[in-house]
Amino acid sequence: MADRITGSQALVRSLEHVGVDVVFGIPGGAVLPVYDPILDSPIRHILVRHEQGAGHMAQGYYWATGRPGVALVTSGPGVTNILTPITDAFMDSVPIVVIAGQVARAAIGSDAFQEAPTFNMTMPVTKHNFVIMDAAEIPEVIAQAFHIATTGRPGPVYVDLPKDVGVEEMDWWWPEDPGANLPGYKPNVRPHAGQVKKAVELITAAQRPVVYAGGGILKARAAEALRDFCEKTGIHAVTTLMARGALSDEHPLCLGMPGMHGSYTAVTSMQKSDLLIALGSRFDDRVTGRVADFAPHAKVVHVDIDPAELSKVRAADVPIVADCRLAIEALIKEFDKQERRREERGDAPVDRSAWNAQIDAWRSAYPYKYVAGDRPDVVKPQYVLERLNAAAPDAIVTAGVGQHQMFASQWWRFREPYHWINSGGLGTMGFAVPAAVGAQVGAPDKVVWCVDGDGCFQMTMQELITASVEGIPVKVAILNNGYLGMVRQWQDLFYDERHSEIYLSQDVPDYVGLAEAMGCAGFRVDTVDEVDSVIAKAMAITDRPVVVDFRIDPAEHVYPMVPAGKSNDGVILGPAFGQPEHQMAGDGAAPMTSGGEGEVEPPPEHPDGHMTLDKGGF
Amino acid sequence: MQRRRLKTLSVLVENQPGVLARIAGLIARRGFNIESLAVGPTDDPIFSRMTLVVDESQVHVEQIVKQLYKLINVIKITEFEPDDSVERELMLVSVRATPEKRFQVIELAEIYGGRIADVGADSICLELSGPPGDLDDLLDLLEPHGVSEVARTGRVALERARKATVL
Repeated sequence: MADRITGSQALVRSLEHVGVDVVFGIPGGAVLPVYDPILDSPIRHILVRHEQGAGHMAQGYYWATGRPGVALVTSGPGVTNILTPITDAFMDSVPIVVIAGQVARAAIGSDAFQEAPTFNMTMPVTKHNFVIMDAAEIPEVIAQAFHIATTGRPGPVYVDLPKDVGVEEMDWWWPEDPGANLPGYKPNVRPHAGQVKKAVELITAAQRPVVYAGGGILKARAAEALRDFCEKTGIHAVTTLMARGALSDEHPLCLGMPGMHGSYTAVTSMQKSDLLIALGSRFDDRVTGRVADFAPHAKVVHVDIDPAELSKVRAADVPIVADCRLAIEALIKEFDKQERRREERGDAPVDRSAWNAQIDAWRSAYPYKYVAGDRPDVVKPQYVLERLNAAAPDAIVTAGVGQHQMFASQWWRFREPYHWINSGGLGTMGFAVPAAVGAQVGAPDKVVWCVDGDGCFQMTMQELITASVEGIPVKVAILNNGYLGMVRQWQDLFYDERHSEIYLSQDVPDYVGLAEAMGCAGFRVDTVDEVDSVIAKAMAITDRPVVVDFRIDPAEHVYPMVPAGKSNDGVILGPAFGQPEHQMAGDGAAPMTSGGEGEVEPPPEHPDGHMTLDKGGF
Repeated sequence: MQRRRLKTLSVLVENQPGVLARIAGLIARRGFNIESLAVGPTDDPIFSRMTLVVDESQVHVEQIVKQLYKLINVIKITEFEPDDSVERELMLVSVRATPEKRFQVIELAEIYGGRIADVGADSICLELSGPPGDLDDLLDLLEPHGVSEVARTGRVALERARKATVL
């Protein structure tokens, strides 16, 4: 006998069928029919305070669990509010499924109340989107939505559900194969054997190879395979902003983050390499600097599941379309085979001792470094992160966008994958608090530290109310410098210290009072000697969210730095290496000249530079 | 200016709501310039065919193709060089033609195999389908008579059939 249920019941049942256990959302008129059967479902619903929060929570949930995050919102403004997280997820290839109510079918296109062309609006920022015009389609659309979001290159999928379709009855059914009616969607996941062979030939012959590990490694759950590959081949790896923790920072072959604010060794080893093995990375402009000058002597092996990424920015000598894990495993197997043949021939392996010595020399000469404050009330953000990391080495860390994000990525020692959650491609301020809430929901037994800037915090802090009410005990470290710090850094360096609209105030809002008003514990740190004790207090609170207002030095800049659009040969190491904070407007940055292998190059000189010191608090 | 190198992309798509918007949106979003776009049904009602013409000297065709393939509703893309394909376009052109000039205009149309679609007191509407170059040529010849309006479909194309191999 037919199982006759409403479209809304079918939607909720479909979500249960694909294994959804949590939905982040907030109801409204057009999505009311869906909220009724949620009452009868085992799915946990987290009631957010703003739709943007729901989207970022879904992203955070994905990172912490590996399962797609789900958001449920109403039509019109509900969807426009969640466009930012959808776009963020699209840029960072994060599988989320966003389901929205829509006005009734007959009212679509009539400028009805809370009607917006949300199907059109989400089209360019989703991997795919659907509008359901018949309740009978609901199970298949939901199955397809999760299939598309989580396979191939992952990404956000949007589903538009008109209100009357949710009310209409249908005969329940469930599709056996979600891909059966998607004739245009067949992601290639298996690497081409011939390409793998060519890649390994380059790898075994390379004198100065570097693995350029990107976020695709994590999407493919390939961190173990990456470690095996590096250990087997003895090749060092850089881990991009999206791949921090893909190889442990404690691993001797890990060189840390490349790019604009990456470690000197990560940036320079890529510049000097003769082979880049790009695994799930996409030659983003923040990594390459000026593309024409990027790793000029390197051949490129590029593995990506998205063929459109291959040779998009940098021509690949050996492109491989594949899932990263399958590709790395195939590379390892082929490497073993070619090594056996080499041994049978009695040939010596390529000698990389000079290159490895050069890398070690760079590492010991140019680690991340900062100038400690000369007064107890000058708290450096790097110091805060060192102490947080020491207190909670296994925490999941989320970050927003800006200086605090770069400090966190640089100074946290990520020992495991999936412990670093941030907005890379879109650079969404306000990402950190809701992402932390989502991560904590997905990983209730982990400590989750949200490292945020004061500017970012003010964009989405109201989700701490959600966290308090729902009993989600995230911890927030506000690196409060009273400024839009990264914008200030650029105005300091490139706009002659002309500070335009960047001052926020360290004192307003009163973050401790604000935290308490939102049901969280609140602390404030003004001096260096309070850092550890307040962190200990925050760690001891597990029954509600905690906010710590770290009053940090507003004058601190993020170094190393490669100015935007400049060559990665011109890494500026900053004042910790005796380089004055250079006035870089115009053609300031002196290019770094390359020395012979095996010797440490001196840091670049900036003869005309002058110190830009903060004039004190406002 | 670089010489134009036109390339035809024949894109087989699922006949789903919004599929034209997806393709047009992608082209606009990625900044790809297209010369023409024609859309129509195929023999199978679940598929449509879109024929795009791009100028290879202006756009990176490989990126267009790869980006189009990322659309879930795109089934297959075939790239044609003009020599490998049969390409046709339909044009309607309205030309000022008083009764005494009318036969000159009709003569030009007949040279190209065109037809008279409509005749008015002082104008004539011609219909021509054929290789896009023929349409351009006829238009050039009609220009001195005074062309008042032109509507063209954009080209459609199919791959040329394989010829028997002579050994």
